[in-house]
Amino acid sequence: MSFEIFLTAIPIVLKGLWLTLLITFCAFLLGQIVALPLALLARARSRLLRWPVKTWIFFIRGSPLLVQLFIIYFGMGEVDAIRNSVFWPILREPLNCAILAVGLNSGAYSAELLRGGLRQIPVGQLEAARVLGMSGFHALTRITLPQVYRNVLPVTGNEIILVMKGSALASAVTVMEMTGAARAFVSKTYAPFEVFTVAGIIYLVIGLALSQLFRGIERATAIPSSATETS
Amino acid sequence: MLDMIWPYLPQFAAGLKLTLLVSLGSFLIAMLVAILAVPLIMSGPKLVRMFLGGYVQIVRGVPELLVIFMVFYGGTVVLSTISGSYFEVDALSAGIAALAAVAFAYLLEILRAALISIPAGQREAGQVLGLKRHQVFSRIIFPQMLMRALPGIGNQWLISLKESALVSVVGLEELMRHSVIAAGATREPMVFYLLAALIYVAITGISTFLLRQAELRLSSGKQS
Repeated sequence: MSFEIFLTAIPIVLKGLWLTLLITFCAFLLGQIVALPLALLARARSRLLRWPVKTWIFFIRGSPLLVQLFIIYFGMGEVDAIRNSVFWPILREPLNCAILAVGLNSGAYSAELLRGGLRQIPVGQLEAARVLGMSGFHALTRITLPQVYRNVLPVTGNEIILVMKGSALASAVTVMEMTGAARAFVSKTYAPFEVFTVAGIIYLVIGLALSQLFRGIERATAIPSSATETS
Repeated sequence: MLDMIWPYLPQFAAGLKLTLLVSLGSFLIAMLVAILAVPLIMSGPKLVRMFLGGYVQIVRGVPELLVIFMVFYGGTVVLSTISGSYFEVDALSAGIAALAAVAFAYLLEILRAALISIPAGQREAGQVLGLKRHQVFSRIIFPQMLMRALPGIGNQWLISLKESALVSVVGLEELMRHSVIAAGATREPMVFYLLAALIYVAITGISTFLLRQAELRLSSGKQS
């Protein structure tokens, strides 16, 4: 271990920090946006709605993130319909592909979490809401979802850390986020322990900050009486 | 399209074999070490407990790819220093070591949680009945720990299998690497990456089915 290389590695790895954070936040957001419709459709009464969504989730959860990233980055470019579409300028950028791949991946996992959360809400609550004259949409947004999201909040905090770890794969499609920047510097200095340790420490710090953030949100959104009961 | 895939099938079969070897090998090694380490993290010397706890926290908090790079490049540096000349680590052993290092951290945590969930009365009852300490562990605690941990262990197997694709990045010619080669040679990435994805989905699908059977059998045994 050379302390000197350790110090010179810090600014170089930090150059990738911005991309790591960007991919993490955008992919997490995308994942959360797609997760809710997926979860609701996976519970739909019609088999025609349920089946495609369940297959989609099964395929995403059953294959490695790296394959999904390659399908989006390398595969999409070969499809003429995509090349000629308005989405091409977006899909041409490796950064966008990484966000899309990590985001869709996280969306499928989060959908499963939400589905589990939705199952826990007693049917009686929904029936009561309907009896009180709420529309189905109203009951969902006012009764069901606030409870579901409060329940899945701890695992959602876990999910964003998984997304952060997944963002390292972006280096496989030339996006120089932290892992990619660290690897490039290792091939120059030949000091893997120093450089990767720097990257590892920064990842741990981000992870710690994110879990603190989610714990804060948990505390802020907890129902006071239930919070004192459980703790 | 089948004409295009056909010539690459032998390579895909060889890649699949290597994928199974890397993921199964790393998973079994990690499982074995985790079983040996779980008594240590519970009641070993304080220094050992702190080291294992810290290891679990660190490995679970950094990207798997970073651990793989660390083992691969780090292993090369260590071996080169020892041998005195450039010595690149074998991608297969480095891959297995790296994936095992990651899976170990998760499995240790899964086993620890399962062990904690077993009521202390079980151990006390075993001791009162005259069983020796190691008998209490191997006959009473251990089987229950494995049973409670089974869903988590199964889940970790699926994760290990999918993570094995990451080793292709450092050049191990497993399933993923072969699909990259075929995609490059034919300029048909969509076909070959989808094929690779399908193979992974098939293995995880079969694994999920078998795990569910095992869980059903174990839980029915518990009731009778």
